[in-house]
Amino acid sequence: MSEVLFVLFAVVALGGAFGVVISKSPVASLLFMVATLASVAGIYVLFEAHFLAAIQVLVYAGAIMVLFLFVIMLLNLGHDYRADLKFGLWSLLAFVVAGLTAGVLAQGFMDVADTGFREDGAAVAAALDEAAREQGVAGVIAEPLFTDYVVAFELMGLLLLVAIVAAVVLAKPRN
Amino acid sequence: MLTHALILSAALFVIGTLGVIVRRNAIVIFLCIELQLNAVNLAFVALSRYTGIEGQLYVFFVMTVAAAEAAVGLAIIISIFRHYETVNVDKFNLLKW
Repeated sequence: MSEVLFVLFAVVALGGAFGVVISKSPVASLLFMVATLASVAGIYVLFEAHFLAAIQVLVYAGAIMVLFLFVIMLLNLGHDYRADLKFGLWSLLAFVVAGLTAGVLAQGFMDVADTGFREDGAAVAAALDEAAREQGVAGVIAEPLFTDYVVAFELMGLLLLVAIVAAVVLAKPRN
Repeated sequence: MLTHALILSAALFVIGTLGVIVRRNAIVIFLCIELQLNAVNLAFVALSRYTGIEGQLYVFFVMTVAAAEAAVGLAIIISIFRHYETVNVDKFNLLKW
């Protein structure tokens, strides 16, 4: 069952990703992106990361994509249907770079598989499921977040504050 | 299923890279960067089943940084649009010779 769902989500995610790159209208790109983000959230659920799946839908597919849509609306780019793909030498370069990236990623993932971390994988997964039953899916993430990683968490809050101030300053019209 | 998730993650990352290179619309380029971030998040989540909860924590951090990046980046795009009246990256040629 989960394999079937995985294939379904993977196909939607890949199709959506192609749609983002290919479609002419930026609004269509954005809607394809929402489809990709939602199916990646579905894959998160298959990997038992329920909290992240919820955050992905709420923050990513919801808030961030609406921010993009808002900017498209603000700059009135929704009717820009001219194809803006670069062809010729650029597309050749793009395929070379994409091929090299794919090669590097394949090599890296193969190295990861070779380290043999899968041996105790089942034990780790069982421990995670047990912890999720005891503390709840949010508690499992919250516990290390507010103990071992609390400095990073506070810095994250500072980063968001700086980003908000910077966005206001940058987007304000100069006169 | 881990192998398949890693393959999907690599494929999404490569498509995102392709989009960053071939598109001219700055907003779509930005969307493709978000696609790459998501591909990496997917690899983190898939591997967290085998290595522990830290993978999911990093995804949480990456999402926050992505939100901050989207806010600042879109503000920069608005600021550039005020000057050039377009978001076509070929037109931003101040540093080009």
